[in-house]
Amino acid sequence: MTGLNPEKQPLLALVDRETPLDPAGYDRKGGWRGLRRALGMSPAEIITEVTESKLRGRGGAGFSTGMKWSFVPKESSKERLKYIVANGDEMEPGTFKDRMLVEGNPLQLIEGMIISAYAIQARHGIIFLRGEYHLGLERLQQAVIQAREAGFLGENILGSGFDFDLHVHPSAGRYICGEETALITALEGRRANPRAKPPFPQIGGLWGAPTVVNNIETFSNIPHILANGTEWYLGLSACADGGTKLYGVSGRAKRPGVFELPLGTSLGVILNECAGGMQDGYKLRAFLPGGASTAFLGAEHADIIMDYPTPEKAGSRLGTGLAILLDDKTSPIGMIRNLEHFFAQESCGWCTPCRDGLPWVERLLIAIEEGRGTQEDIDRLHDAARLIGPMGRTFCAHAPGAIAPLASGLKMFAEDFQRMVSKPASGTAESGAAGQAA
Amino acid sequence: MAKIVIDGREVEARSDVNLLQACLEAGEDLPYFCWHPELGSVGACRQCAVKQYANAEDTRGRIVMACMTPVTEGAIISVEDPEAKEFRGEVVEWLMTNHPHDCPVCEEGGECHLQDMTVMTGHRERRYRFDKRTHNNQDLGPFVKHEMNRCIACYRCVRFYRDYAGGQDLGVFASHNNVYFGRHESGTLESPFSGNLIEVCPTGVFTDKPFSKMYSRKWDMRGAPSVCSNCATGCNTIINERAGKVRRTLNRYNDEVNRYFLCDRGRFGHGWVNAPTRLRSAGYVINGDMTPVPAQAALDHFGKIAASGRLVGIGSPRASLESNYALRKLVGAGNFSTGMAEPEHSLVKLAVSLLAAGPARIATMHEMEQADGALILGEDVSATSPRMSLALRQIKRTAFNKAADQARVPHWMDASVRTLGQDTISPLFVVSPTVTDLDGFAQDAIRAMPEDAARLGFAIAHRIDASAPDVAGLSEAEAASASRIAEGLLAAEKPLLVSGLQYASAALLQATANIASALAARGKTPLISFVLPEANSMGLALMGGLSLDEIAAQTADATLIVLENDLSRRLDGAQFEALVGSAASLVVLDHSVTPTAIRSQVTFPSAAYSETDGTLVSAEGRAQRFLQVVYPDAPLQAGWRWIADMAQAAGLSHVQPWARLDDLIAEIAATMPVFARIPEAAPAADYELEGTPLRSQTHRVSGRTAIRANISVRDIPPPSSPDTPLHSTMEGSYSTDMPGTLIPFYQVPGWNSEQSLNRFQQEIGGKMRGGDCGVRLIDAAGGSGTFSSGIPEAFRARAGQVMLLPEARVFGTDEMSMMAQPIADRAAPAVVRVGGTVAEGARVRLSLGGEIFTVDAVSDPSLPEGVATCPPHMVSRSWSVPEWVSLEITAPAERVGTESAV
Ligand SMILES: Cc1cc2nc3c(=O)[nH]c(=O)nc-3n(C[C@H](O)[C@H](O)[C@H](O)COP(=O)(O)O)c2cc1C
Ligand code: SF4
Ligand code: SF4
Ligand code: SF4
Ligand code: FES
Repeated sequence: MTGLNPEKQPLLALVDRETPLDPAGYDRKGGWRGLRRALGMSPAEIITEVTESKLRGRGGAGFSTGMKWSFVPKESSKERLKYIVANGDEMEPGTFKDRMLVEGNPLQLIEGMIISAYAIQARHGIIFLRGEYHLGLERLQQAVIQAREAGFLGENILGSGFDFDLHVHPSAGRYICGEETALITALEGRRANPRAKPPFPQIGGLWGAPTVVNNIETFSNIPHILANGTEWYLGLSACADGGTKLYGVSGRAKRPGVFELPLGTSLGVILNECAGGMQDGYKLRAFLPGGASTAFLGAEHADIIMDYPTPEKAGSRLGTGLAILLDDKTSPIGMIRNLEHFFAQESCGWCTPCRDGLPWVERLLIAIEEGRGTQEDIDRLHDAARLIGPMGRTFCAHAPGAIAPLASGLKMFAEDFQRMVSKPASGTAESGAAGQAA
Repeated sequence: MAKIVIDGREVEARSDVNLLQACLEAGEDLPYFCWHPELGSVGACRQCAVKQYANAEDTRGRIVMACMTPVTEGAIISVEDPEAKEFRGEVVEWLMTNHPHDCPVCEEGGECHLQDMTVMTGHRERRYRFDKRTHNNQDLGPFVKHEMNRCIACYRCVRFYRDYAGGQDLGVFASHNNVYFGRHESGTLESPFSGNLIEVCPTGVFTDKPFSKMYSRKWDMRGAPSVCSNCATGCNTIINERAGKVRRTLNRYNDEVNRYFLCDRGRFGHGWVNAPTRLRSAGYVINGDMTPVPAQAALDHFGKIAASGRLVGIGSPRASLESNYALRKLVGAGNFSTGMAEPEHSLVKLAVSLLAAGPARIATMHEMEQADGALILGEDVSATSPRMSLALRQIKRTAFNKAADQARVPHWMDASVRTLGQDTISPLFVVSPTVTDLDGFAQDAIRAMPEDAARLGFAIAHRIDASAPDVAGLSEAEAASASRIAEGLLAAEKPLLVSGLQYASAALLQATANIASALAARGKTPLISFVLPEANSMGLALMGGLSLDEIAAQTADATLIVLENDLSRRLDGAQFEALVGSAASLVVLDHSVTPTAIRSQVTFPSAAYSETDGTLVSAEGRAQRFLQVVYPDAPLQAGWRWIADMAQAAGLSHVQPWARLDDLIAEIAATMPVFARIPEAAPAADYELEGTPLRSQTHRVSGRTAIRANISVRDIPPPSSPDTPLHSTMEGSYSTDMPGTLIPFYQVPGWNSEQSLNRFQQEIGGKMRGGDCGVRLIDAAGGSGTFSSGIPEAFRARAGQVMLLPEARVFGTDEMSMMAQPIADRAAPAVVRVGGTVAEGARVRLSLGGEIFTVDAVSDPSLPEGVATCPPHMVSRSWSVPEWVSLEITAPAERVGTESAV
């Protein structure tokens, strides 16, 4: 993006939404430096460097990227089939950062994947892209062809003896495909159900082979770490972990969008300085700090530090780092109902609490929102939050994610809920058994 | 073993299982849905939640899914923990949000795992008050009904159907709480194992369609342990009866044989016992019609005939050992035929002698599942022994498990093991003239004519041990295959060899035996199995007797007695006429009307396997007892009782009536050393458990009087039989310690479905608490065996002629099951598959056994030119053995409309 400083905003500096750079142009602007250096290093050295740079996954879970790579069996790519996969599913409501990266500078992702592939010695790479990202798909496919023609993909990359190629796979479109094991299963041509661990993908992933899945933003950091070193990378951040982060807001802000800022920037800076503050006439009531599957934080946290630990201490998560704002004129129950509709619909249908529990939650919320709710309905919602929410109750993290805004919202907006069920019976309320299930 | 603590109780648990299995084996009532003892764990339903504590100091603990958590030394868990209990109750409430609660009209009711588990969780109140989603059901063909609204989405059906049994046409569609388990559109389920869905599905989605037409609650039916008689595999079954009719067949667990599953021929092939084709009284054939006569009159008539001459007896490989023995005794060993024609007669004898003399142990099906290298030589097992092919399918698990061991994933984590194993190669080699169902995952699937398959087998033996004779003139490709297979078998710890009689080739059997001997010579302990044609082929071979061809020389002017055998399936028209026509008279004892019975002077109606008790010897050499569930009305009785009556009528005192089956069994054991152990096949009729005879009815059977109120409202005493240890009463003993051979149904308090089986086992998937089923009559001689050098010439096509091979089928080529309507409905019409190209819609004209047939033709590119296949018994009644034929193809345009289709 014009006007950005590559020293401060390396991820977005070369992003051009109109005409992304081709390999030569990317080279002129300082691209490929990380790759050139990496190919002169040993895979183990790269993993150490990435670990020391304290890059944590940007897909939501925040796991140390270097550490994740270190679990991969160490054979060379010629001895053992391994895969590297970019997770570009990005179906989390309120999250739209990876789109910026693939549409505006696909070569940065590709460079990051080549380096990562070399580090874990994978011969094949796949970019799994959200189905609706038509422009991103086009640009990625073009970039892959260009990179191949320029010798950055294929056999003996830059004379290093390392072979690697990339394939772009548009998703058929389910939120669960973003969960890394479901993504792998989908790539195999099966139903996108998550898989049990063990085996972890690093040991038995795609077609049973060792596989690393990282988020697109995560990969896009790699070239810069390798080009400029650990110390530089750690210096970008405003907290203990390394790098910049693509932050953003949606909701009733003046200029919703994505902004690259030091990791550990406060929400106050993101909202007020970058997004121009709330729209006139609206006040911030609460927000989901990092996408739909993070818990609500109240307006008193409006200045919270958006690093990994602080939102967690406040009872939520950094998640994807893109906040969704709830203003004072929007019904929190409507917002939660909308979110739970999404989560219920996107349940993959594998495990009971999620498959059958979330649709019930949604129905209860609709009833309450429409004035047909009862005190028992609120109790049921609390039960659901208590029984589905904790990790381990369901097969994957989808349901705990779905419960996060519900559980926190039930507490934070208790009065709103109470008001809706204690309204005098209106004409729309159900009477007797009508409308009830047999 | 590991010590674990369950709610403060210290128990010994196996260390290679998960906590759910450990809890069940410790007698806990822990509910579950998606886990299945044979299919393993996938963690989908979340029903088996328990609390696990990190150590003795940990008071908070955390909820884990028992089925996904390995047993570890010192593990501390709680089933009773309130949080775990609440969660399990809530899982049921969630499952019920879309369940129709239609137990009263559901055919699963009373034996429903969902009912049992719901009660087990203690959850009673359903608070979901919104609309339920509904699904459309599908017509899945003659075997299985579909009622999708009852689905609780446990994923067992697709895991069994696809992952375990290799089916393709049942899947899961859509997502969230709208997941749908079915086919992409209505249509007959293609897998020959579809009936297992009925038992695998924990609720009433998949139910037994033929049973539905004569439905009864489980608790209202009498049960008896039985043995499937629809092929030589000898799967163990339970048959259910009410009001004198057999209602259904269920799986009966035998840890070494069929374990948890049956094939569809076995499950749905029993209907002939109720069919109009049954003989229900003695009869004379007058003008081609069976005319009933009183039994005594028929016996008197027989007495007269028999007095006037010699008696010749033809036994049957589908009749019990006991009836065959009785006939053999009546006519004398020199006048007794096994009932098999050549070449079957000699081949079965050869198979048995190779098995008995060779070094290889006969494999149980459970051993087959665990083989780590296997060769199937010249037999389409998927059609000739369906359940065995399901066992062979599991061989891929041995490769999966190796991959899992490397990743330190326990074998019961089914989905994970399959993930890790998906790229592994199964150590299975298939050599067959036609495509078989097992080719799909075999390391090598080689197309070879029977002669060439045998040659390949001989060559493999030679490559394993050079002292086995070599084969001259192999092609380069054949030599390479032989070396590769030899290496594969040598690399295995438990190499398995399978062949059979489908192509009537002695060379195939000998080649297989040579490989076994070669492996033994190299210090291996090979396993072997020969698929035999019928339920008691092995028993008849052990008993001995003349072939039909030999006995034909002795029938002139004799009284010919045929026991439960339709000779028209074994002899072509001319041979049949010669044999039957030469006899002074023909006396038939059978349970169904057959073309042979229709030619008789006197017919006696024998009881079917469901109405009597007896012993069959499976291809594994296992003598197994079937027990009656029906007490037939006179004059129906066991074949051996008729034979004793006939002896009396004819004044032949060397056969005296046996009062009880056990007397006859004792006599057989005492007089024929090969059968010395048959009394051990099952406990005798005087068996008692805890001092009380066994019952074959549940506690709750209802309507005993009402059901026959249209006849009489008087209570009648329960029927009884001196031959079976099971008594038709509600008051006898029944317990989880009863022998596996005597189990009439599975049920323990709280567990009304077949899942209660876990209470009857010493450990899940292991032996029965009350002991094994059946007894092995023959086994390997040990040593290193000898080598045959009967290497055949390579197959050579002949100009102007076509080699017609038998195409075995699960449905259609077997005699009795085709008299069961569901199997007849399922059987596809006969076609001749022709090597090379044939125009669509073409037909073939061919002559078999002197008769001309016109049949639809299909081109089969996997067959060489000059070769065709035809299903035995479906076109020509008797044809079943490879034969050179002249085959005329009629192009569709020239098709003559007047020719009758077959
Ligand atoms: C329901 C669900 C949806 C997810 N969707 C995405 C997604 O769209 N993109 C993504 O990168 N990670 C997503 N994740 C997280 C991935 O499972 C995984 O943690 C991530 O791709 C790892 O990459 P990282 O280490 O670079 O963050 C999702 C997780 C869950 C449970
Ligand atoms: S929690 Fe269960 S049903 Fe929901 S998406 Fe994950 S695996 Fe599927
Ligand atoms: S149909 Fe039966 S076996 Fe299949 S998922 Fe539903 S309940 Fe389970
Ligand atoms: S394999 Fe044979 S014995 Fe077993 S169930 Fe099928 S037909 Fe019966
Ligand atoms: S039985 Fe354990 S999760 Fe289903």
